[in-house]
This record gives sequence, structure tokens and C-alpha cells, in this order.
Amino acid sequence: MEEVDVEPPVTVSTGSAAGKHLGFAWGPGDILVYETLYKASGMCSPFIHEVRKDEDIYSPILRKLFNESHHIFVGLQTIREDLPSKNKKPQFVSISKNYRSVIRACMEELQQVAGVSILLAIELIWNLCEVLFIDAAPAGSLLLHLLDWVRLHKADVDEKARDVLQSESPAEHESYWDVVLGYVLQGRLEEARQMLVKQASLHPAARNMFKLMDTLLSKMPFYNPSGTQTLTEFDVKWRHWHEEVDRCLQDNSFASNQHLEAICKILVGDEDTLLEHKDLLSTWYHFLVTRLLFCHPTVKPTELHYYAQSCLTMFLDSRSAPEPLDSILLAAFEFDIHQVIKDCSIALNNWWFVAHLTDLLDHCKLLQSHNLHFGSNLREFLLLEYASGLFTHHSLWQLAVDYFDHCPEFGRVYLELQIERVPLDTERKALKVLRICEQRQMSEQVRSICKIMAMRALRNNRLGSALSWSIRAKDAAFATLISERFLQDYCAKGTFSDLDLIDNLGPAMLLSDRLTFLGKYREFHKLYGEKRFREAAKLLLSLMTAKIAPRSFWMTLLTDALPLLEQKEVSFQDTFDLQKHTCVSLQEEDIEVTKVELLRLALARNLAMAIVKEGTVEA
Amino acid sequence: MFVARSIAADHKDLIHDVSYDFHGRRMATCSSDQSVKVWDKSENGEWHCTASWKTHSGSVWRVTWAHPEFGQVLASCSFDRTAAVWEEIVGESNDKQRGLSHWIKRTTLVDSRTSVTDVKFAPKHMGLMLTTCSADGVVRIYEAPDVMNLSQWSLQHEISCKLSCSCISWNPSSSRAHPPMFAVGSDDSNVAYGGKVQIYEYNENTRKYAKAETLMTVTDAVHDIAFAPNLGRSFHVLAIATKDVRIFKLAPMRKESTSTGPTKFEVQIVAQFDNHNSQVWRVSWNITSTLLASSGDDGCVRLWKANYMDNWKCTGILKGDGSPLTGSSGQPTAMSTVVGSSVQASQSALNGMSAGR
Repeated sequence: MEEVDVEPPVTVSTGSAAGKHLGFAWGPGDILVYETLYKASGMCSPFIHEVRKDEDIYSPILRKLFNESHHIFVGLQTIREDLPSKNKKPQFVSISKNYRSVIRACMEELQQVAGVSILLAIELIWNLCEVLFIDAAPAGSLLLHLLDWVRLHKADVDEKARDVLQSESPAEHESYWDVVLGYVLQGRLEEARQMLVKQASLHPAARNMFKLMDTLLSKMPFYNPSGTQTLTEFDVKWRHWHEEVDRCLQDNSFASNQHLEAICKILVGDEDTLLEHKDLLSTWYHFLVTRLLFCHPTVKPTELHYYAQSCLTMFLDSRSAPEPLDSILLAAFEFDIHQVIKDCSIALNNWWFVAHLTDLLDHCKLLQSHNLHFGSNLREFLLLEYASGLFTHHSLWQLAVDYFDHCPEFGRVYLELQIERVPLDTERKALKVLRICEQRQMSEQVRSICKIMAMRALRNNRLGSALSWSIRAKDAAFATLISERFLQDYCAKGTFSDLDLIDNLGPAMLLSDRLTFLGKYREFHKLYGEKRFREAAKLLLSLMTAKIAPRSFWMTLLTDALPLLEQKEVSFQDTFDLQKHTCVSLQEEDIEVTKVELLRLALARNLAMAIVKEGTVEA
Repeated sequence: MFVARSIAADHKDLIHDVSYDFHGRRMATCSSDQSVKVWDKSENGEWHCTASWKTHSGSVWRVTWAHPEFGQVLASCSFDRTAAVWEEIVGESNDKQRGLSHWIKRTTLVDSRTSVTDVKFAPKHMGLMLTTCSADGVVRIYEAPDVMNLSQWSLQHEISCKLSCSCISWNPSSSRAHPPMFAVGSDDSNVAYGGKVQIYEYNENTRKYAKAETLMTVTDAVHDIAFAPNLGRSFHVLAIATKDVRIFKLAPMRKESTSTGPTKFEVQIVAQFDNHNSQVWRVSWNITSTLLASSGDDGCVRLWKANYMDNWKCTGILKGDGSPLTGSSGQPTAMSTVVGSSVQASQSALNGMSAGR
């Protein structure tokens, strides 16, 4: 099979002559391309072109597919490993059917829009994989499942039947025999019989012939898997019936009616007759299943590929070449799972199908594992590709997270790389991203995102927001910086902004000295405001003692201390200590002369008052 | 692939570089018209030019964004022998309403005596560090010790590579398993002067960068170089744009405890593509390092992907309509035409996967 390695080039209309270079830049989900000249000068078209992959993640209907299959996927990952295999198979089959019903639901919504045929093809392939690989039906049941498969994907017989039955004289409708033959080809013999009754009533003279056909049709044995009959017994019965049909053919019992003759030949499995009705079969795999039904209903899974290959060859005439879908189905009949996956990856536009199917097959332990360094195995490789594709979408990226979680080798590092790039448009979105990182202990990403938000807030002068992000980032240096800004603001304006935040710092206050100072200083103001002077004084004293006040703030602190010294409630000891610290600070600092004088005066007066007060009490 | 939209860049001369910011919502373009333009992407996907200003007195070769942890910061380098650092200032509210922003120059780095050919920020875990390389063969590494004061940059390292430099790439890995490392490419065309790619590594003891490796097999002029993002691998991957596209694997060899020199590497060439059939000018990795893009003299951009068996193949080609590359290979497949395009990019990932067939 020829592999298509290089796809046809995509022309980016740059509107220019030859000899120009194309520059490019990778973006999230796209690549920007522009005309330029490396190592030369000249004029180029001044456009930048945004090139994207044809991806379905932007389709609103397929979004439903992604959302619901995500749900199924997560459920599948959590199936307990310790259950014995035979208990798990029905679960896997059920999950497979769930996936398929989601596909069908999307098909219904898409209806006539382009893309339906892709979904149809996907469902067709998935269904066949379910029959052959997951359900792994043995001989006998295998054919029955394949019949179901074909019937599910060939709705036109029923449409035609409806038209025929609704007409005035069904037996004379132009599509009548198409319907009858269609039923027979699908092994729907009951329905064929009912249709034939209508024809029989029009030809009373041929009553016996119709009766014979009816009998043949009614007696065709179908294997019953849950019955007591063994496969061998069924086979014997079937051969008897087959011989009976053959005898009718040899006796020319139906010679006078070409249609009944055709049916008889079909029942006996005559290939030429089957091929004459290509238009009714419409596909080689329908031909395959019908041929098996009437030639070899006890076909074993291992024998399928002989029949499949020959049916494909017989069905396609020399003009038409096999299409990708045909190759995929053929690979499935050959039980070459890897080839199926490979061909699907090439033919389909989106990783959705191969990623989910491969994951399911892997859970069924049907994939051999290859060890390599790119992805730990095929399953992980495909899931990583699929999830990475989701990541560029503004809301679907959240689904991708779960997929990465279930890729043990590289899921985490892929998630780390990509989650950092999610644009933090709003606080809400940033918090969402953060929560995901925090849940997974991605501490570096948490720190980085908080830092980015803090920086952004700081640039926009939203100090409170900047501070709260720094605290979340546990970024002491940045918290210090922002606390400085707060304090500078206070010095300039005399009030604090974002009081709520500062008042409720709690243990976060300890992140940096400056932050602690900010918190405590605000507390001091509150105490003073509430006239709790004694506590205020003590707090101020502790701030000075602990030496966490920035130098630039000492003057302010001293100025704050002054009125306190006036207060009656402040004890002599505290006053004395305050005085001591103030003096020390005055000595060390280079402060404005007038302020120094004022302070000295106030302090002296205070000390005097204190001595008098204390002295008075003692006396 | 298809062209989703085209933006009129409005530069008055050749565009030399386009750079997306970290989150993919802003981009910067620079040109021979000596200016840099900054574009913002709106919610509906449209690009608006929010700033345009003259940055240099010569062609601006490259423009690059710092990590958003450092705020909104750009660096540019030019033929005028300088590199510059720019910071966005949050403007007046009416500016914002008009969708404009202002960028001011924080510093000009004038140490180079020749055209500065590339400017790149080092990985963020190293702090705010800027690297330039020049036609005079010198790589300079600057640091801004105070990220709140971008006017103060100090020249920390000056490394003479002996050959004219055209490009630099830092190893983006922040793993503690290996020290900071960057690669320099030289566009010197004299093949007698040996390897045109040099790898430098930081030494904790000497506090200097020392040459760890020269890729001797790369003898032709190198125009671009790019380390792939590290996905937890123990080895490094480096893509090179020279007379063809080359991808190297550099596996650090285990150091003896007494060794104080730079790491020794086992160098292997992983892939080599000459599909451009001519000089390759740019190479660049996508975010997850699963796709490499290259641009060549044939006027095409080619996309390269490794399948899960690590076999590299071309998965897509973009060409200008003036490109000599004509015709198409391979027939459009029945399944794909339904979706309206006859091209699938990056789907041939499993080529070469099974030995049979």
C-alpha cells in the first residue's frame, strides 16, 4: 500500500513574484507566515498570514462529541484493574457502544452538513472494531454480529420499503424487487417473505412457486448462540438446507420468474448473481457479509481475511481503486489493529477517533506495547496529540487536563508546559488554572501564574490585587516590594488603600518582614482609632524593638509616637521605652532640623509629665 | 491547513521577524523600516496594532518578548550595532479606549562594534537576562538585577566565538540536572574554519561560561538554531538551519566526580532534510516540541514531525504563490475531501510505524 508521505503544499497567497522567502512564527494552534527576504533587500508583500490546521475543535457540534466522550474516557480509566478479564469484557463492549452512540448523536445533529460522512465512516470502523476486537465473537456469533453491522449501516432498504409499502400497489412499485432482494441480501428473510406475499397474491397461477420460495426462506437455519445447539450441529442443518435450495435451482423450480430465480441463486451463494446486484449491495463489505451468510455462516475470525481480500478484489472493477476506508476495513478483517490505527491517523483530520479507540483497545489489552522515548506507547502518543490539540481551544482545554492525567509517562510534563500558556484573561480564569495546578502540586506553575498576575496588577497600580497574588505565589521579594509601595502611598496620602486586604492578612503576614510591618502598622492605626492607646503604644513599641520598620519609615513612626506620649493611659514604662527608642532613632537618622526640634520639645514635655504623674501616684 | 486570516502589517519595508508573546495574545513585528509594531489579538481573533515606533537607526533584525513574569517587556536588535529593551507603560484611560499603548526605551546596549544579529532572553529561572550575538563574533549576556528597574543592566559575560555569529538559542530546560546552556551559530561561509555551531555551558565554580562542544560536522554557514523544549528527557535536541535542516541529539555523558570542566556530550544526528534544496534560513519548534518548522530559499515553510518511533517526516508545506514548487504529490483522499480540504498536516505521524506493508 502506497503511503502518502508529503501532503500537497498549501499555497499562502502572498501575491508576489518568485524569489521571496517565507518567515514564520509558531503560535498557540496556528503558525504566522509572512513574506521576507533573508540576506537581501527588496520589497515584499506586507501581509502576515495566520495559518491553521483544518481542525474540528472549532465546530460547535463536535464540541458535544468532545465533551461527552471525555466523560466516557474518564469513566473507562477508573475501571478497576483487579477485576478478572471475563467480567470486564461486557463493560468494555458497553463503553464501546457508549462512544458509538455519542457519534451517532452528533451525526443526527449534523445531518446534511459536510462532516457527516466522516462520522459515518468513523462509526462504521469503530463498530467493526468492536465486533472483531472487543467483543471478539467466535465462529457462529461472528456472522450474526457482522450482519447486524451491515444492517446498521445500510438504511436505504428501509427507506425504499417505506416508499413501496405506502404506494397504491406495492407489488407493482418499481422498487419492489429491489426491496425484496435487499432484504434477502441482508438476511432479513421474514421481511422478505412478507413482501413476497403481496407479489404472490398478484400471481395466483404461480402460487406453488411462491409457496416453495416461502418455505425455503422460512427454513433457513440461523445460529442461536444462547441455544443448546452446537456449532457443528448447526452446520449440518445448514448444509441440508443449502442442498435443498440447490436442488430447487437444478430443478429449475423458479425458472419462470427471473426474480425468484435470482433469489434462489442468492440463497445458494452464487457469487456471480451476488455481483450482478452490486448496486443493491453498494459496498464490498456488504458483499462480503452476504457471501459469508450464504456460503459459510460458520466462518471463523481467522478465516475472515481470505474472504475479505477476495471480495474486495471481486467487487471493485478495474476502474476503481481502493479508498482509504476500504484499506482500513481490510486491515480490521485481517486483525491488524496497528494498521487500522495507522491508516485512520493518516486519513482523518482529527486525533479524536484514533486516540479514544486506541485507549479502549489498550484497556482490553489488545495492543502490544512498544517502548520508546517519544511517548511510552502508542496509546499515550495518540492521547497526548489529541489533548494537545484541545489545549489551544478557549474552553476545551479543561477537558485536555484529564487526558494528560491518564498519561503516566509524559502527561504531567505536557500539562506543565501547556497550562502555563493558557491566557489569563480574567481573574476567574487565572483562578481556574491555578486550582488545576494546585491540585497536582505543580508548584512552579502556581508560582509563575501568581507572579504574572501580581506583575500585571502592579503595573496597573492595583496594589491590593498585586499583594494578594504575591502572597499566593509565596513570593517574599515581591510582597516586600508591594508593601513598600503601600507604605510609600501612605506617606504620600496619609491613608491606606485596600484596607480589607491588609486587615485580613492573617498568617500570610509572615511572608516578608515588610509585609509583617505593613500589617502591624495598620493594626496600630486601628487600635489608635479605637482609642485603645495602651495597646497601640505597646504595638508601636514592639514594632520599634523588633526593628522591622524600614528606615524610611522611622520618621513617620516617631511622628505617630508623639500623640501617644500625651495619652494618660500609656504607662510610665512604655513612655520611657518609647522615649528611649525615639532618641536612639533621632541620633541615627538624618532628619529635618525643625522636626527634630519639635520632637525633642515634645519628648521633654512628656517625660516631665510622666515623672510628675508617676511621682504623684506613688506619693 | 488553511489561511484563517491575513493581517496588513503596514511596515514600510521588509519584515525581518515576527514574535508571539508567551500567551499567544500579542505579537511584535520588526522591519527594515527601523520600527517595531506591537499587535494585540481581540476576543474575536482580530489583530489590532496598538503601538508602532521607531526603535533603531538601522534595520531591526529580531524582536523578542521577555517572560510575562517580568511584565510587558520587549528586546530588539539591529544593524545599527545596538540592542534595546522596551517596556510598556500603562497609559491614560483614553489611550486604552483608543486601543493604544506606549512603549518606552529602558536601555540601549551599545557594546557591539558590528551589527547585532540576534537577541534572546534566557530562560526565566535564570532571572531577567538578555543575550545578544553580533557579526563581530561576540556573545554578550546582560542581567537586570532589579526587575523593577529595567534601566539598569550589567554586562555579565562577554564570550568571543571567533566566528561571525548569526543566531543564539538557550536550552529552555530548567531542570537542575544540567547547568544553563546555550548554542551559537555562525554564518561564516568558509568551511575550513570548522564547526559552525558552538555550545556553551555555565560553570558554577568558575562562574563563567565555557565551551562544551563544537559541532564539527556542521561546516556550512548556520543561519538559525533552536533548542527544543525539554519534555523530561535526559538529552537535548537542537535544530539547525544551514544548507539543510539538521536535528541533533546531545546526550550528556556522566561526569566523573573529579571533573571540573564542562559536560561532555555524545552528539548524534537524528535527522537531516534537504527538501528545501537550498539554504535554510529559520528553524523553530512549536510549544510541545512535536513539530519543527523550517523556512528556506525555495520560498517554503516546511513542517517536520516525528512519529512515535522517532522517525522524522515532512508533514506539511506552506509556500507563497510565487514559489517555484509546483504540483502536488499524493491524491486527495475520499475521507478528507468531505471536510473540504485536500491537505492534512501532521497526520502521517505513524508512517514507518509497522515494519510490514
